[in-house]
Amino acid sequence: MKLKSILMATAAAGVLALPAFAEGDMSLAEAPCENCADELTVVSWGGAYQNSQIKAYSEPYAEATGVTFVWDESSAEAVAKLRAMSEAGNVTWDVVDVVASDAIRLCDEGLAIEIDGATELAPAPDGTSADDDFGVLRVNDCFVPQIVYSTTFGYRTDVAEWNGAVPDDICDIFDLETFPGKRSLQRRPIDNMEWATYCNGTPKDEIYDVLSTDEGIAAALAKLDTIKDQVVWWTAGAETPQLLADGEVVMGSTFNGRLFSAIAEQDQPIAMMWDMQSFDLDGWIIPEGLDEARLNRAKHFLKFATDTQRLADQAKYISYGPARASSAPLVGTHAELGIDMAPHMPTDPANAANVHNYDYTWWADNRDDIDAKFQAWLVQ
Amino acid sequence: MSSATDTPTDAIAGDGIVRAADGTPLKRSLARALRREKLRSFLLIAPLLAFVVISFLLPIADMLFRSVENNIVRDTIPETVQTLASWDADSGELPDERVFAALYRDLQIAVEKRIHTRLGSRLNYEKSGMSGLFRKTGREVRRLEAEGPFRERFIEIDEDWADIEVWAVIKRYSPPYTPGYFLNAVDAELTAEGVEMKPENERIYLTLFWRTLVMSLMITLSCLLLGYPIGYLLSHLPARSANLLMILVLLPFWTSLLVRTSAWKVLLQQQGVINDFLVWINLIDDAGRLVMINNQTGTIIAMTHILLPFMILPLYSVMQTISPSYVRAAKSLGASDWTAFWRVYFPQTVPGIGAGAILVFILAIGYYITPELVGGTSGIFISNRIAYHISTSLNWGLAAALGTILLLLVMALFYVYDRIVGIDNVKLG
Amino acid sequence: MEVFAGDGVQKAEWKAISRGAAVKFDGVQKSYDGETLVVKDLNLDIARGEFLTMLGPSGSGKTTCLMMLAGFEPATHGEIYLNEQGINNVPPHKRGIGMVFQNYALFPHMSVAENLAFPLQVRGVGKAEQEDRIRRALDMVELGAFGGRRPAQLSGGQQQRVAVARALVFDPELVLMDEPLGALDKQLREQMQYEIKHIHENLGVTIVYVTHDQTEALTMSDRVAVFNDGVIQQLSSPDVLYESPQNSFVAQFIGENNKLSGEVVAMDGANCEVRLDDGTLLVADPVNVKGAGSRTTVSLRPERIELAPSDEPENVLDGKIEELIYLGDHIRVRMNVAGNDEFIVKVRNRRDKRPISEGDMVKVGWSASDCKALDAVA
Repeated sequence: MKLKSILMATAAAGVLALPAFAEGDMSLAEAPCENCADELTVVSWGGAYQNSQIKAYSEPYAEATGVTFVWDESSAEAVAKLRAMSEAGNVTWDVVDVVASDAIRLCDEGLAIEIDGATELAPAPDGTSADDDFGVLRVNDCFVPQIVYSTTFGYRTDVAEWNGAVPDDICDIFDLETFPGKRSLQRRPIDNMEWATYCNGTPKDEIYDVLSTDEGIAAALAKLDTIKDQVVWWTAGAETPQLLADGEVVMGSTFNGRLFSAIAEQDQPIAMMWDMQSFDLDGWIIPEGLDEARLNRAKHFLKFATDTQRLADQAKYISYGPARASSAPLVGTHAELGIDMAPHMPTDPANAANVHNYDYTWWADNRDDIDAKFQAWLVQ
Repeated sequence: MSSATDTPTDAIAGDGIVRAADGTPLKRSLARALRREKLRSFLLIAPLLAFVVISFLLPIADMLFRSVENNIVRDTIPETVQTLASWDADSGELPDERVFAALYRDLQIAVEKRIHTRLGSRLNYEKSGMSGLFRKTGREVRRLEAEGPFRERFIEIDEDWADIEVWAVIKRYSPPYTPGYFLNAVDAELTAEGVEMKPENERIYLTLFWRTLVMSLMITLSCLLLGYPIGYLLSHLPARSANLLMILVLLPFWTSLLVRTSAWKVLLQQQGVINDFLVWINLIDDAGRLVMINNQTGTIIAMTHILLPFMILPLYSVMQTISPSYVRAAKSLGASDWTAFWRVYFPQTVPGIGAGAILVFILAIGYYITPELVGGTSGIFISNRIAYHISTSLNWGLAAALGTILLLLVMALFYVYDRIVGIDNVKLG
Repeated sequence: MEVFAGDGVQKAEWKAISRGAAVKFDGVQKSYDGETLVVKDLNLDIARGEFLTMLGPSGSGKTTCLMMLAGFEPATHGEIYLNEQGINNVPPHKRGIGMVFQNYALFPHMSVAENLAFPLQVRGVGKAEQEDRIRRALDMVELGAFGGRRPAQLSGGQQQRVAVARALVFDPELVLMDEPLGALDKQLREQMQYEIKHIHENLGVTIVYVTHDQTEALTMSDRVAVFNDGVIQQLSSPDVLYESPQNSFVAQFIGENNKLSGEVVAMDGANCEVRLDDGTLLVADPVNVKGAGSRTTVSLRPERIELAPSDEPENVLDGKIEELIYLGDHIRVRMNVAGNDEFIVKVRNRRDKRPISEGDMVKVGWSASDCKALDAVA
């Protein structure tokens, strides 16, 4: 970006340029867009995460193109709402931020369009194609990954009953003797079943084979049964940090970004346990059924928002790792706290010594069945 | 038609029909006079009628329909369904080549339209792995040559095609209507042997229906116990104090759900205000802190709080109409305070109790946000599962079946209620 | 304020008074707000078997007295006695007083028979006797066939009778009635007045009756206590109340009344001389005047005035006929007399009446005993 064009853009818009704006190449945003709508409805999760997207993606894009953004915080119900919109024949969303498993469902249901990685996404600065740059994280053709986050554990650092012991192994979750106290777990089978199976002694690469059998499911539930009366089940990501802060639980799973805020921004007596953190992905889809102008605009934005620099920019505001391999070296410091963000990323080698790779397709096939059993177990 | 009129009236003609002055039969002329009136009334309610039909009756009809509708199988793979009709699942043999060939042709079209995965998702509700099977087969089938033998080709793509149970499920769910969702909703399933209860470790809905009923009744009862004295107090206070108290009663309506939830958590959790207080006054020790949230207690407390106004308002408005002279009369006739209350005052408040109880109960039975937030696992309702199937699993057919059962349950209870209390004995004011 | 009692009772030679007081108010005061007294120092004896009416405009304190007697309002000061027993601390249901309420207060969820059974049930009366008494009570009010009906299925008059029957079914010695006929139409009201009167005579119960309707008070009562401003203005039998009002309020409140204001110029044994504001001199009965020089309001009943008097009454004045109102049995003549143009004279509609017409100048006359010099009203 040349100084001259910054000045021009600032003068034109009458606002201060953002740091993100000053770096990197804006040519994708400035590229001509023919027959494109002037408005873009983006759906995301709200909160700090959506703010990071606004700062890293939509503000620079709006600056360059004059497009008006409408944000909708409906990602949690995105699949159901998109299905309802599609049935009603009136899709009002242009770009939707969803987790990978939802993207698979939306793609299966024909509710999201396929995006060609070679032509519709930006290659890495070194020329690597987008599909190669994302690698296995691009779980299907509808999904353009954005961040890698993990579901992992935080624990209180001041529990007297632990006599100085520090949980550093996922199986410490199930160890009520050394680590007494309540734990919070997400109220769904995903991750919990894998951790239980792993702590039953199953090697990591056999977890899904074991869980494919009725005995494997029963064994996992039996393992969870050992701590059932000590578990507080959560549904919203904000719950665990709050429960930890209140002392209601001594350890609990949640998204790593939530724990980062509690530790780094709010200075709570909480620490991270990265062992067997479960990697998950968040990314964009474009709904099926948009008219041409809106579709063009959505694709134009998506190409810009998922390029190498933009993904790295987002990491300034939130501790989620960029989904492109080429973005990793560009991750800098936190925009306000000035902390080096790399060690807080789930992808940092020190944190990723032992990770669990969540198998989306396996869950897509087995979720209905396992969920029925898991919920029945919960209710019993 | 008074006989006091001067001229002899000819209102009743020889044929015995009463006629108006111009000779038209009185009935017809009355009907004409009333027609305008009727039309006017109808036009006045027409917007509401349209609103109710569009926003209430049609969605319910749609829900009822979805709970049995199953066109997706024959719409997606019509030829397969047709050829599969002659196959006997009990024969122990795979369908013949004709069926596989039909599936090949069906899938070519379905993949083109990108609807094959949708069918996979649908069948996955009945058998795990179906969604993966269709997704994988859909990818490969494009590259498949149009030449047979298709059976071997399909089994090459995924060996699940050699599983008789896969075919049995497709055949079982090929009719356009299915009882499958309803069976699922009562913890049963359609198997090769007919309808069977699901294995013990997958049963959940009957438990939840029962729990929803029992907890709604408990919430109704606790609303009544808490609301009755408040309604009584309100109806006996001077207007100014009553209004102030009424504002306090309505306060829960004015606070957002999140604020309320946070408040309950602060109060009820184990490190919360109430527990801290109980520990402080040495009523319980630190290890024995009470669990009052994320369980049934939490749900009952929170929902009683929210629904209390719905009990108090009808009670209050009924109590307000009961003149204090009844109780005075009872006392002057020799009744003690209790007898005067129980035999004279209380029976007159029964319509208010009836109205409040039915309001609270019906609202409680359909609540899901509050149980979701404070109910933990033991305090969740059937509506939480409905919400889950609507928004997460996307199994709308099952959600519709659960909703339909809930609707029927409420209607049945309403009928019982009518028989016991009498619906005309319910008064909102 | 002084209570004018005794006088009327003596004149009526009222039979029951000798049996002793059934109810006694002794220096009773009542305040709701701690600032103003609604009832000011009430002293009143009610004899056993008496029919006593508390009459007064609304807000005069009569209902409050009744409620204190029933036990629904505590007295702020003083004591109420029932059969010589202080009852200030006896709860209402132990007082054994029957009560008929303004709106009847029949229990809507019970049938007529159940309403009547209620006081018997709470007293533990046996089933058979209950039925017997209910039947007798219903027969008494001529509603024998209505036991199974709900109050809402009865007419106003029938409800009223049930209320009376219910207040009497447990044989109370004292029955309180709080404007019981207020909601009935005129004809029904008159009929019920006689019925209540008859029940009273037949049963010999003590009845304390509250009303603001003077006709009702005059027709039914042995004695009437006229209330105003928290004070009994006069306590007398109905005839005394009408014939000899003790002050201007009573004269005003009971029956029709011509007021002439003036000043007492001389006291002369049984009579006094009053100079009206226009200078006319009158001879009047000095009921409530302090002496020569005090202001007074002279009160006289319209039917005691004669037009063109043939004999020679003490007072004869000139008057001008302003208006004639034909009322069938009598003619109301509005006149201007002594500067008062609201002066009413009732002329009986007799065959030999003299023809009069508006605008005529006529002499009007009345005797000194028919014209009472009372306290002055502003």
